[in-house]
Amino acid sequence: MAGEDAVLDMLEAEAVHILREVAGAFRRPVLLYSIGKDSSVLLHLALKAFAPGRMPFPVVHVDTGWKFREMIAFRDATAERLGLDLRVHTNPDEATPFTHGTHEYTRIKKTLTLRKALDDGGFEAAIGGARRDEERSRAKERIFSLREPGHRWEPRSQRPEFWWQANTELADGQTMRVFPLSNWTELDVWRYIRREDIPVVPLYFAADRPVVERNGSLIMVDDDRYPLEPGERPVQRRVRFRTLGCYPLTSAVESKAENIDEIIDEMGRDRRSERAGRLIDGEGGTSMESKKSEGYF
Amino acid sequence: MVAVLRVVACGSVDDGKSTLIGRLLAATGGATDDQLDYARTTRRGGSTVAAGAVDYSLLTDGLEAEHEQGITIDVAHLFMDLPSGRRVIVADAPGHEQYTRNMAVAASTADVAVLLVDATKGVREQTRRHLAICALMGVPSVVAVVNKLDAVGWDRSVFDELAGEVRAAADGFGMRADVIPASALDGDNVAEPSPNLPWYDGPTLLGALTAWEPAQEPQEAGYRLPVQYVIRADGFRGLAGTVVGGPIRPGDAVGVAGGGRTSTVGRLLGPGGTDLDRAAPGTAVTVTLADDVDVRRGDLLAAPEALRDGLSPAGAFSVTLIWTAEEPLRNGRSYLLRAGGRTVPAVVTAVRDRLDVVSGGRLAARTLDLNDIGTVELTTDTPVSLDAYRESRHTGSLLLVDRVTKETVAAGMVRHALRRGRTVAPRAYTVDREARERLKGQRAKVVWLTGLPGAGKSTLANTLERRLHGMGLHTYVLDGENVRGGLNKDLGFTPQGRAENVRRVAEVARVLVDAGLIVVVALVSPFRTDRAAARALFAEGDFAEVFVDTPAEECARRDPKGLYAQARAGRLPNMTGHGQAYEPPEHPDLVVDGAGSLDEAADALCALLRP
Repeated sequence: MAGEDAVLDMLEAEAVHILREVAGAFRRPVLLYSIGKDSSVLLHLALKAFAPGRMPFPVVHVDTGWKFREMIAFRDATAERLGLDLRVHTNPDEATPFTHGTHEYTRIKKTLTLRKALDDGGFEAAIGGARRDEERSRAKERIFSLREPGHRWEPRSQRPEFWWQANTELADGQTMRVFPLSNWTELDVWRYIRREDIPVVPLYFAADRPVVERNGSLIMVDDDRYPLEPGERPVQRRVRFRTLGCYPLTSAVESKAENIDEIIDEMGRDRRSERAGRLIDGEGGTSMESKKSEGYF
Repeated sequence: MVAVLRVVACGSVDDGKSTLIGRLLAATGGATDDQLDYARTTRRGGSTVAAGAVDYSLLTDGLEAEHEQGITIDVAHLFMDLPSGRRVIVADAPGHEQYTRNMAVAASTADVAVLLVDATKGVREQTRRHLAICALMGVPSVVAVVNKLDAVGWDRSVFDELAGEVRAAADGFGMRADVIPASALDGDNVAEPSPNLPWYDGPTLLGALTAWEPAQEPQEAGYRLPVQYVIRADGFRGLAGTVVGGPIRPGDAVGVAGGGRTSTVGRLLGPGGTDLDRAAPGTAVTVTLADDVDVRRGDLLAAPEALRDGLSPAGAFSVTLIWTAEEPLRNGRSYLLRAGGRTVPAVVTAVRDRLDVVSGGRLAARTLDLNDIGTVELTTDTPVSLDAYRESRHTGSLLLVDRVTKETVAAGMVRHALRRGRTVAPRAYTVDREARERLKGQRAKVVWLTGLPGAGKSTLANTLERRLHGMGLHTYVLDGENVRGGLNKDLGFTPQGRAENVRRVAEVARVLVDAGLIVVVALVSPFRTDRAAARALFAEGDFAEVFVDTPAEECARRDPKGLYAQARAGRLPNMTGHGQAYEPPEHPDLVVDGAGSLDEAADALCALLRP
C-alpha cells in the first residue's frame, strides 16, 4: 500500500505543478469539466493546487443535451457545493445521435460548441482530463498540446517536451490544451478518488437500470427520447458505467460493484479497455485522431 | 525506494523493441483483453508469429502504422505496475537517426535506459548513438538487453562478448550498465527466467526494473524553489512551486536570486494547504516568507549561500544545445530563453563546436541544424541564475523559443556560467533620459521604417526629419546604407549578417533614445523575428514599426542603387525580394503607401509622434 500512496503523491504533485504553470503562464485559462470521474479528479486537484486561495479560472461544460440526467444534477450540485464559476455551453443547432450519425452529431454538439465556447471566452488555454492510457493514439499526446488557429491539431507542429519545462508561448491565433492527468491510469483515478474521498456521479456504481441491448451494447434508456424498435422494451439489469458521456452513445457493463473498493477489485478481473464503452470512438483505429484534428478534445 | 521509475526505451523496431515492451506490458497486467485479442488476430506483413499466438509487438506499437499514414513519429508513453507496487513510466521513442530530438525528449526525464542490442547484429552505430544521447541527457544507468539469443543458439560466448562491448561503451560515457540476455519473441528472461539460459543466474528484465535503485543517494545540493504562482487569500500570500534539489523546511533561510533579498520560510504547505514540517524534492508546495519580500512568478528561491556560489546570477553561459527546429541556429539572433517560469531574451554569441554523436568527437561548426547537438555561448539580456546541468536537470536546463513563431528551437543544458568580468551591472546616472527630454522639450522615440529596397524609406526619413527639425525637435536618422559604411562594415547580407545588423542598429537607437532624441531608422530589416527583437529593447510606446508599403515592381522600376539590375544579373544572391524573402510586418503601428504622396506619409508619421 505504501507503493500505491507514493505513486499517487507523485501524480498529484505533477498535476498540481502543471495546473500552477497554466495559471501562471496564461492570461485566460479555463477548466473543461465533463462531469466524469477524470473531471472530478481534475477539479479536486485544481482546488488543492491553489489552496488556501481560490481556483483562478472558470469552468466550462459543453452540454450536448443528451447527457444522463444524473450527470446534470451532479454537475449543478457540484458547482453549488464548491462555488464554481460554471459556464454551460449548448449548441442550439438540431442534431441527434440517431438522425445525424455519431460522427456528425459529435462534431456539431461537442466539437463546434467547444470551439465556440473557447473563442467567445477568449480562453488561450483549456485544461482537460484526458489520460494517455485511455486510448492508443493518446499515448503520444503532449501534456501541453498546441492548437493552431481554428483549434486545429497539427501533429507536426507539436512541441518537444523536454524535462519538466513547458513552452507556453503562443503565436497569434494559437491556443493550448493542457492535460494534467496525462500520466494517470484508470486505476490511479479510482485509487485517488478513494483516498481523497471525491464525490462522483452514482452512475459509476452498479444499480438496477432500464437498458436495451443494441449490437451487443447495453444502452440505458434515460428518457423517452430514445427511439425504441417495434416491440423493444427496456429491461432492468444490474449495470454500471466505466465512462460517462451522452447516454445513447455510452454502453453499460453488467456489474455488481456498488462502491469504490468493489470497482477497483472488479478492474483487477475485467480486462477490457475503458473506452470500449464509448460508441463514438469505434469508427476506425484513427477516429480519435481525425476528431482531434477538427478540434475535439 | 523509488516509487515511480521513468524508463526510456532505446532500440529500433528491428531489434524487437516493440515485442519486448509488449511482453513486459502483458506480464504486468497492462494489456487489456480486447488489446490481446487484437494482437492475436491481427498480423502485419512479414510477421513470423504463429497463427493464433499473440503478436506482442502489436500491443505497443502504433508507430509503424502511423508512419504509413504520414503521421509524425513521436514519443509514446506507457505505464506498468510492477508486482512490487512500483510504477514504471516507459517513454518509447523511435530509433532512427533522424529522430535524435525525440530520443532526447524521452531521455530527458528518464532514470534508466533500457537499451536493446540485437544478438545477431551486435553493438551498432545506433546503439552508440542512443547511449550517447542518454548520457548527454543525464540518464544515470542502462539496462541493456541482448535480444534474439535464440537466433544464435543461446550461445553464452556471443552474449559475454556483446555484454563486454556494451559495458565498455557505457563506461566510456560514464554510465553504469547491467546486461541481460533475452529473447523477446518467446518471452525468455523478460518476465520469467528461461530454461534456455542455464548458464545465466542474473535477473530477468522485469527483475532488474523491480530491483533498480539509484547508484548513490542523490547528493542533496540544497533546495531550489522556482516560483510558479503567487497564491493570495485573506491575509495570506504564498509562493507556489515544486521543490527540487533538496528538502525544504519551515525556518530555512531563503534568498531570492538576483537582488540580494533574503528571509526565512514561515509556513510550508502541501497541496490542499496542509502544513508540512519537511518537503522532499518533487513535492508541490506553497511557502510563506517571514518578511515582506517582493517575489513573483519566475523568481528562484534558494539558500542564500547557494545564491552566492553556483547560482549567482550571470549574463552569459556555455550551453550544450539540441537544435529542434527546421530553421538553423542564427548567431546574433535574439531568442526567448525559458527556464523555470522565467522568460528572458537571449542571443547565441558563438557556436563553439558540434558533437559527432557516434564517435563522441567535437567538430568545428558555425551553426546548428535540426537534430544537431553542439556547444554554444549564450548571452542573456538580464542576468539569470542557472545551475550546471550535471548538478540539476531541473534548474540547469532551458529552452530557446523563436520570438515570432514561438516554436521551441532548442533545448539547452548549462555547462557553466561564463563570468570573465562580463557580468555588468548597469550604473545609474543622475542626469537621465527624462532630464534630457525635459531640456529638449520633447519625448524621445524610435520610428522604425521597414520595407523593400527602393521602397522610399530614406526619402521618407529625410522628409520627416526636415519637418521635425523645422519644429525645433532634436532628431537623428540611422540609415542602413550609412551604418554599413562604418559600424557594420564587417557584416554581410546573409540572414545572420542581417540579424546582427538589425541588432546593432537597434542598440544604437536605444542609446540615442536614452540621449533624448527622436530617432528615425531607415532599414530594410526583412525578417520579422529580428524586428521583434529590436522592438523588445524598448519600452511600450517608445518604438513604432512603420511599414513602407511599395509594390515590388515599383521598387524595381525605381532601383535607386541599381540593386535590382544586379540581382537580375545573378550577382546579388541575398538580395531581399530576390534570393531572400521580405517578411512584411503583421501588426505594424503604421502602414504608409510608398507609391503615394510623400507629404501625406510625413503627416501620418508626425501624427504618430504626437504624444
